[in-house]
Amino acid sequence: MENIIELNKVTKRFGGITALNKASLKVTKGEVVGLIGDNGAGKSTLIKTLVGVYSPDEGDILIRGEKINGWNALKARESGIETVFQDRALTPQQSIVKNIFMGKELRYPLGFIKEKEQIFEANRLIREIGFTSKLINAESPVGNLSGGERQGVAIARAIYNNAELIVLDEPTNNLSLNETQKVFDFVLNVKKSNRSVLFIGHNIYHVYDISDRFVILDRGEVVHQLNKNDISTPEELMKIMRDTIRTH
Amino acid sequence: MSNNNSYLSNYFHKNGRALGSIGYFVLLMVIFFIGAPEAWIRPNLHQSVFVMMPTLIFLTIPLVFLVASGEIDLSFASTYAVAAYVFALLVKNGVDPAICFVLGVFTGAAIGALVGTLIVVFRLSSLVASLGVLFLLRGVILLLTNSRSITIMEVENHWIYPLLVGNFYGFPMQIFWAAIFVIFCYYFFNKHVFGIHIQHVGDNSVSAEQMGINVNAVKIKTFMFVGIGSAIGGIFTTMITYTFFPTQGFGYLLLALAAVFVGGTPYWGGLGTIIGAVFGVGIIAYMEIGIIAIGWSGEWRQFFNGLIILLALLGHRLHGERVR
Repeated sequence: MENIIELNKVTKRFGGITALNKASLKVTKGEVVGLIGDNGAGKSTLIKTLVGVYSPDEGDILIRGEKINGWNALKARESGIETVFQDRALTPQQSIVKNIFMGKELRYPLGFIKEKEQIFEANRLIREIGFTSKLINAESPVGNLSGGERQGVAIARAIYNNAELIVLDEPTNNLSLNETQKVFDFVLNVKKSNRSVLFIGHNIYHVYDISDRFVILDRGEVVHQLNKNDISTPEELMKIMRDTIRTH
Repeated sequence: MSNNNSYLSNYFHKNGRALGSIGYFVLLMVIFFIGAPEAWIRPNLHQSVFVMMPTLIFLTIPLVFLVASGEIDLSFASTYAVAAYVFALLVKNGVDPAICFVLGVFTGAAIGALVGTLIVVFRLSSLVASLGVLFLLRGVILLLTNSRSITIMEVENHWIYPLLVGNFYGFPMQIFWAAIFVIFCYYFFNKHVFGIHIQHVGDNSVSAEQMGINVNAVKIKTFMFVGIGSAIGGIFTTMITYTFFPTQGFGYLLLALAAVFVGGTPYWGGLGTIIGAVFGVGIIAYMEIGIIAIGWSGEWRQFFNGLIILLALLGHRLHGERVR
């Protein structure tokens, strides 16, 4: 199977604290990987390094087998990695359309923006994601939206860019059951189209339902990896997680 | 019906602040007209406002970009003088004024880049750091010139003079250039990647960074743009008066900042309005002249400038708080 991205013994320090310690992780085409770990295990740091927000102090990042130097968020997006961040990474005073195209605006040669095209696409995406309120259109400011709707904008952004790997950082936090189901449907759709998902969450049941493979992180280290076939219930996964963390 | 409401509310969200400052401008006009109708219909009063406005526009509009990016700059009032000094000194030494103009503008951009880099790299407060640069640069100019002005009558015979600040059938050319500048900035701010990225950065720089926008580069470029605007303003003024004064620009420091905020750009970043700022400039410029026109003494100017800033802030408050 082709590796979309591979982190090879990546270390990240903040001052004297080692947030990631020689962590290795890979995501292959068409799989859903669940990243789990307790609070403070380094999930966020691992994700932010993977998507280029942090640059690693040691270790390599490989995209489709090729080592990339000067890894950053722009390079990650250009390599086909889109992220739905835990904080949604939105700018609330700006319109939905501006948020969907943030950093990847549709441009004419001199850098002017194809506004009409963007609005058309944004309205299409809003309908596709299924915003319920009729009051919302592409030019509404994000600040007027509910938490679930904001998540919808963040997901719309990932969809539009047709990413090969979509990273979802705690995507079901603060969402209603209905909205959580929408996120699951979205993940299944991505998988169906033979693209990959890295799903981060501390709700084991959510992660268990959706993932093909699990990666357990503890104190900045990848302590265990297993396939869904290896276990049969979320409780089993929970037990393995507790044991690995405890014995580690 | 609900859709109409939504478009209306989006329209208001987008343009409300500009409309507010237009409202203030109209109100001010009405007050002055009622106060001194005979002075108000004399064209020379408006002419003198229009002569003052271009310089203020070159200073104010780039500041809208900077405030929208979440930063502030005070050093522009000295950059204004440094660029004009470079221009005047080179002209005095026989360099072609067109080249001097370009070098003066480059000086402004370079100072902007330095100030921006200083603030971004060392994570300094832009308010305090640019206050330091404001005094530092002014000090350098006063030392270099020995507080003496430079007269450059020779620019009048060069083609650049009638092109930039000459009279075209009684119409001052600097107004034409200021208008071009406003149109350019309107599109640059609202329809260009540069302006859009500024708004994202000022709104939430963490989000912008996560989406791959180079936040530091955006900020440094915005400081450069402020430097360029100041340089153009400074050189234009020097050409109009044929004189470089070592103290020039200082008087514009607070007026330009006032015009930004009276114009409806909120101080917290992420939002800005170019059209609003033009009317903000109009309000400030007319205040300077209108007070005299209605027969009050010049001492009232500052009082009313202060009053209008406070009233404008209260008025823009009606437009709502920052959404998060």
